[in-house]
Amino acid sequence: MSIVPQPTFLALDWWALGPVLALTAGTILLLLLEFLPQRANGNRGGIVSLLTFLASGYAVWRVAGEKRELFGGMFVHDPMTVFFTLLFCAVGVLATLMSWDYLKRTKINQAEYYALLLSSVLGMVVMAASNDLVTVFLGLELMSLALYVMVGFRRSQLESNEASLKYFLLGAFASGFLLYGIALLYGATGSSNLAMIGAFLADTPLATNPMLLMGSLLVFVGFAFKVAAAPFHMWTPDVYEGAPTSVTGFMSAGAKAAGFAALLRVALRALGPVMVDWTQLLAVIAFLTMTVGNVTALLQGNLKRMLAYSSIAHAGYILVAVAAGGPEGASAAVFYLATYSFMNIGAFAVLTMLGKGREERVLMSDLAGLGFREPLLGLALTAFMLSLAGIPPMAGFMGKLYIFGEAVKHPQLLWVVVAGVLNSVVSVYYYLRVTVSLYMKEPEGEPVGISWGAPAVLAIVITLAATLWFGLQAQGLWIQAQNSVMGLL
Amino acid sequence: MNLPMLWIIPALPLAAVALNLLFGDRLGKRGTAFLACGAVGLAFAAAVRAVLTLAARSEEERQIVETAWTWFRVGDFSVDVSFLLDPLSAIMVLVVTGVGFLIHVYSTGYMAEDPSFRRFFLYLNLFMFAMLTLVLADNYLLMFVGWEGVGLCSYLLIGFWYEKQSATDAGKKAFIVNRIGDFGFLLGVMFLIAWTGSVNYERVFASAPHLFTAGGTIITLATLLMFVGATGKSAQIPLYVWLPDAMEGPTPVSALIHAATMVTAGVYMVVRSHVLFEMAPVTLEVIAIVGAATALMAATIGLVQNDIKRVLAYSTVSQLGYMFFACGVGAFGAGIFHVMTHAFFKALLFLGAGSVIYGMHHEQDMRKMGGLAGKMPVTHATMLIATIAIAGIPPFAGFWSKDEILAKAFATGHYGIFAAGLLGAVMTAFYMFRLYVLTFQGKPRFDENGGHAHAHAADAHGAHMTHDAHGHGAHDDHGHDHGHGGPVKESPWNMTVPLSVLAVLSVVGGWIGIGKPFIEGESWMGRWLEPVLGSGPHVHHLAVSTEFGLMGLSVAVAAFGIFMAFRAYLQSPSIATAMHERFGGLHRTLYHKYWVDEFYGAVAVNPVYQASMRLWRFWDEKVVDGIVNGVGYFLEGVSALLRLFQTGYVGTYALFITLGVLALFLHFLRS
Repeated sequence: MSIVPQPTFLALDWWALGPVLALTAGTILLLLLEFLPQRANGNRGGIVSLLTFLASGYAVWRVAGEKRELFGGMFVHDPMTVFFTLLFCAVGVLATLMSWDYLKRTKINQAEYYALLLSSVLGMVVMAASNDLVTVFLGLELMSLALYVMVGFRRSQLESNEASLKYFLLGAFASGFLLYGIALLYGATGSSNLAMIGAFLADTPLATNPMLLMGSLLVFVGFAFKVAAAPFHMWTPDVYEGAPTSVTGFMSAGAKAAGFAALLRVALRALGPVMVDWTQLLAVIAFLTMTVGNVTALLQGNLKRMLAYSSIAHAGYILVAVAAGGPEGASAAVFYLATYSFMNIGAFAVLTMLGKGREERVLMSDLAGLGFREPLLGLALTAFMLSLAGIPPMAGFMGKLYIFGEAVKHPQLLWVVVAGVLNSVVSVYYYLRVTVSLYMKEPEGEPVGISWGAPAVLAIVITLAATLWFGLQAQGLWIQAQNSVMGLL
Repeated sequence: MNLPMLWIIPALPLAAVALNLLFGDRLGKRGTAFLACGAVGLAFAAAVRAVLTLAARSEEERQIVETAWTWFRVGDFSVDVSFLLDPLSAIMVLVVTGVGFLIHVYSTGYMAEDPSFRRFFLYLNLFMFAMLTLVLADNYLLMFVGWEGVGLCSYLLIGFWYEKQSATDAGKKAFIVNRIGDFGFLLGVMFLIAWTGSVNYERVFASAPHLFTAGGTIITLATLLMFVGATGKSAQIPLYVWLPDAMEGPTPVSALIHAATMVTAGVYMVVRSHVLFEMAPVTLEVIAIVGAATALMAATIGLVQNDIKRVLAYSTVSQLGYMFFACGVGAFGAGIFHVMTHAFFKALLFLGAGSVIYGMHHEQDMRKMGGLAGKMPVTHATMLIATIAIAGIPPFAGFWSKDEILAKAFATGHYGIFAAGLLGAVMTAFYMFRLYVLTFQGKPRFDENGGHAHAHAADAHGAHMTHDAHGHGAHDDHGHDHGHGGPVKESPWNMTVPLSVLAVLSVVGGWIGIGKPFIEGESWMGRWLEPVLGSGPHVHHLAVSTEFGLMGLSVAVAAFGIFMAFRAYLQSPSIATAMHERFGGLHRTLYHKYWVDEFYGAVAVNPVYQASMRLWRFWDEKVVDGIVNGVGYFLEGVSALLRLFQTGYVGTYALFITLGVLALFLHFLRS
């Protein structure tokens, strides 16, 4: 595939670049609006944020069928960009909805929060759309820097500060690896453009070149850190636990999807010719990731921490699909990311409603008897847990089915499929503990108060509908996932 | 109308679930009961109508497939949400809705005093929906949806009285053990997907003979994995351990889920997949052996249990063993026949036991019963019928199915399995009549004017059971029952009527399976199932004299078992005591169920628990608590914070990242 240079700035496709522009404008607007007075608990920030996400989504949807290369091929608009941009906008909308009342009750500065949310999503969009290692890095840093701050937003809480700092330090460490890897790849192939690297590797048998190996390995480590794959996952529980619940929900879905989007693009577009060597290695990492995640999650008493380990485990399942490789494996991964985003945000949206005022009630024991006091909330949380556990007919089951069904076609991956299914069997235990608490425990002491809010309820309704719909009618999403990967090649 | 609208059968209980959820708090108990029973009753009516439509067709056309919608399609691989009614699923759907309806009605009496009345029927209806999806599915994935659904409902219903720790534990155990089975089943289905590219029964069975070599590794492995799933759901060795504990649930649940319907799902799945299993003789051999071993082992445990429900639970495990070894010897039809008759008499036994427990104010220990025959006439009469039926005395239902299984085992030359089955039959007759005698005959061993009797009351059979401290007493004492004490009396009509209906079925239900040597050709049941199962080519027909001989033998052993039970527990109780003293060690082994639970705990449950504990301790306690303790330093300022990080924990994480990178690098250097 040849790269057609776009010589002038004016030749840009404004619609294709729409999400980037809208998100940037929204961020600036939010900060500028701070100079205008507003009521203490106004909705301005949330509304601007929602509108920005909707505008970005609309812009990219409007030119969904087209393929463009922008900025000299550093930024591409193709089905994968469209798919992930829409996913990130959806994640952004859901994050806004579940933050709406949570921010008010926990006294978090709204304008700053939403501005950072927007710029973080901007980073994710750039990551998914980059066709160049430099822009990948740019997007990743943009996303991460915003997240570092968001994690520390509960300023009065030491654990939140702690989490923020820890995430920042380790993130910087991982970025170092990524940047070093990019430099080595550039050195080995003479380009930072993914398509050029791919073309170069296809012509030149370099598979055993140490510089190339080291380079791709370090790039992988950079992504593995963001998606929380073992052994680069250790920050996850601390950060997830310390961050405000709405931020945890947002990053558990968004950052993971963005990391995998970039990983998939790099793997398929640039390193395709050498990916075969990676299969067994990826399988081992996938195995480690899901096992560590699931086994450690078993005894967690804190729901955010439990979901952190669960998110590690899910990264492991997705890595199985990456290991299966090729467009089929990648589509399974993309499908899984989409379903996972909805069910996981749904679970966190329920958590944001637990507790009154500034208190956070996210212990397993806080759920005791909740299923009877708040039947619909309990039912929703149960549905999300069943979906995360991969029990039909929920979306999570379809995701696992696609991944394992894809991997089982490769005989050398059979062992990791067996381990994966076994892992999902183990995982049911801790997801079920939530249900047990909901329906089979009596609360000790003061039962947890619920902070009802229409936006959060809407977020739960949307995610619940998606979780059921993608389980019962997986067809449409699956085709989109496939197209997103096929269009790339 | 020629479309029987199959989807409406599972949809009815689901609608009841939705209505119960939305308006349940306004309905009151009567309304809830009406809604729940009505939905299942209508489902039964719909099922009858559908089956009549099916029966009206000619034999080759007896198959109705209705597609609700396409679940998903990936290239050539597509899965529909569609329902299949053929002679096999027809039997299952009638049994599930019919017996299910009776048990729903019975539950309105049994659970009348329970404060969670509404929740009970919610779960029960949800179970009906899942079970009907399971039997009506026309592909493995939809079956799996039902399969998981019934597992979930079973879990919810076992732990229904969650105030009791034992009930919660039992629910958890059932779920975990079942998940091990599901793991096998799911892998088996994935094998089918990978090799045949489909999960639809018809397509899989049509392409299987071309894709697999009979007896080949792949088909053997796939069917073995599927059988692992069946051992979980249908409580066979080695995964049977959850079923006896499942008796913690309310008794109607034990009758419906853990005797009549859900536990037979494994048998149904094997029979449904008989085309695949017939291609894997090794698997069939395994099934036959596992089934026979389970039948025998569970029967031996049943001999010495004192809890009335526990005896029935082991009896269920044992009877399921019979169904499986029927499949193992290739007599799939006999297996399904036994599923049906067993559903009648075992549901009746459980409901009767429930009636006894209800009448005895939540007493489940048979040593504290006795002499109930006169006090609970309907319960007594119906229980006696069921007991005779399970013992295998003609012309009661259980005789025909059990005899057919044994005859087929004999005819196919599985003499060892036949002998095990026969031995199991003696024990079945013995422990069932032991239950009957201890409960209904003899002198009452409780205070007849109300209040509880105690086991210490000098009693020949009870006195030796003092090591009951094992903690397995599964008592229905949910604390808020209908006033303790009061004289023992018969249960209300909504409990006795279902008992009577099931009693009739336990007598006549087996007659549709009467075949040679009494009538010419195949039995009605055999002919009905022929479109699905074929005519069973590999079963050689026995000579009429041999058939009669086998029947005589099986009646004789049953009679012997019954005679022994009466002798040991009614006429001269000293025999039981003497036997017990003579074989103390054996008795202990049986009473403690061969210590299998303890063994599993030691080799499987504890290590995983310990590993998780250790990982958790290391990371959470060492690393995280270290940080939490470090918060003190944090307050002192940035320098302390820096020191904290320098001395430690982020460093640990970074170290691991570096080690990870090094490991990856080494991997590449090596390769």
